[in-house]
Amino acid sequence: MAAVATRARAVAETVTDPELPMLTLADLGVLREVSVDEDGGVEVAITPTYSGCPAMATMRDDLVHRLQDAGFDDVRVRVALHPAWTTDWISERGRAALAEAGISAPGTAPVRSGPVPLTLGPVRRDVTCPRCGSTEVDLTSEFGSTACKALYRCRACLEPFDHVKEI
Amino acid sequence: MTEIHTHAPDDHESAYDGLLVNDAHWAFGTDFEDPLAGVDTTVPDGVDAPALATYCLMLGDDALVLSQRLSEWCSRAPDLEEDIALANISLDLLGQARLLLARAAAADPSVVPALPEGSPVPAEDALAFFREADGFRNVRLVEVPNGDFAETVARLLLFSTWRLALFERLARSRDAVLAAVAAKGVKELSYHRDFAARWFVTLAGGTEESRRRLLAAVDGLMPLWPELFATHDVEREVAGATVGVDPAEVAGEADAVLDQVLAIARVQRPERPALAGIRGRTGRDGLHTEALSRLLAEMQVVARAHPRGRW
Repeated sequence: MAAVATRARAVAETVTDPELPMLTLADLGVLREVSVDEDGGVEVAITPTYSGCPAMATMRDDLVHRLQDAGFDDVRVRVALHPAWTTDWISERGRAALAEAGISAPGTAPVRSGPVPLTLGPVRRDVTCPRCGSTEVDLTSEFGSTACKALYRCRACLEPFDHVKEI
Repeated sequence: MTEIHTHAPDDHESAYDGLLVNDAHWAFGTDFEDPLAGVDTTVPDGVDAPALATYCLMLGDDALVLSQRLSEWCSRAPDLEEDIALANISLDLLGQARLLLARAAAADPSVVPALPEGSPVPAEDALAFFREADGFRNVRLVEVPNGDFAETVARLLLFSTWRLALFERLARSRDAVLAAVAAKGVKELSYHRDFAARWFVTLAGGTEESRRRLLAAVDGLMPLWPELFATHDVEREVAGATVGVDPAEVAGEADAVLDQVLAIARVQRPERPALAGIRGRTGRDGLHTEALSRLLAEMQVVARAHPRGRW
């Protein structure tokens, strides 16, 4: 059974994110658990990146179809809401894949104790241009093409690029 | 719990069959049938299930209605960056609403409006699209029209300041679903509040016109602020059972954050009386301004015309 679970997990780990197709759900930290019951049924747990993540249904369908193609007849996908997803769960391989695709990977997510402080100044991050490696970059907007990204512009090569926000 | 039963590939007569597995989606909803699929929705001991459901409707309706308002800016914001920002924030709130309405339905299925037999509408969508205005439990702050960009920013500052303080406490709820929704919501509300606060300060210190508009916005919205901290009986009950938060408890913290922003923006907090209810009833009791009916008419019209729609 352990071997079956390992195989199911290996299959589930090949499924990519619909919005960041260079990343697998495993590399993104969205794939939380893959287990197999005594009847061979596979249960996969995924967690949303943001509350309004519109890609959950596509992820679910992709997982079901990929596992089904690999011979797993009975597949259930459940939602794991706790603990909340954090960008710290993006793997090293995932970070490298983001950079390769011209997207700046997130730094360490803020750890808070006590009330969230108000931040009125621009968010300070150590961001490097994924195209030319310059650290001379400007934040254009905290909100980008998807909920998880901020928009930057490089002052050296003048190219705009996305940065995955730390949460 | 959503069971997704699939068939071996050999069973399929065509390549498209695989796409149709478990695929009877309602035409107007997103197609993850249950956003709480597999989440333990057992009501904790010592909690009245209808009270928990009503409380979830309150917090869910706040998010749903403001999400709808913010989405009205889509393609109309002052520039592309702000357009995307408001749409992002609207989407976060819609996600929170969906989970909270689904949680309400799971705690007490009797809150879900009855629909025609065979309707594929999931519970949270039935709650969003098939309740009348007096069934909505949102505070009135979220329903008033957007007004100009300054009013939208000022409203978002008030709302996110209050909701963030509330959710930080709600993350310790004995209800595992509420705790998880709140813990995730805190991350989102933090940058919603920062966005609104930055624009608030920018508009206050911008041109004479931007400052005039911002002051008018604050003046118009402050009467809706006290309602956020008025404890409803349901809130008192769920707070007593340590699954909810008494909003009166966060008044000090929310006021302090708001005063901080007002001070930096050099804006005096206007002395305005709270918007009255009728015989003590306000948004939390289902008593709303006319603006909510108009908002719902637009939001619900297509869904109501096709309650059995499938694709």
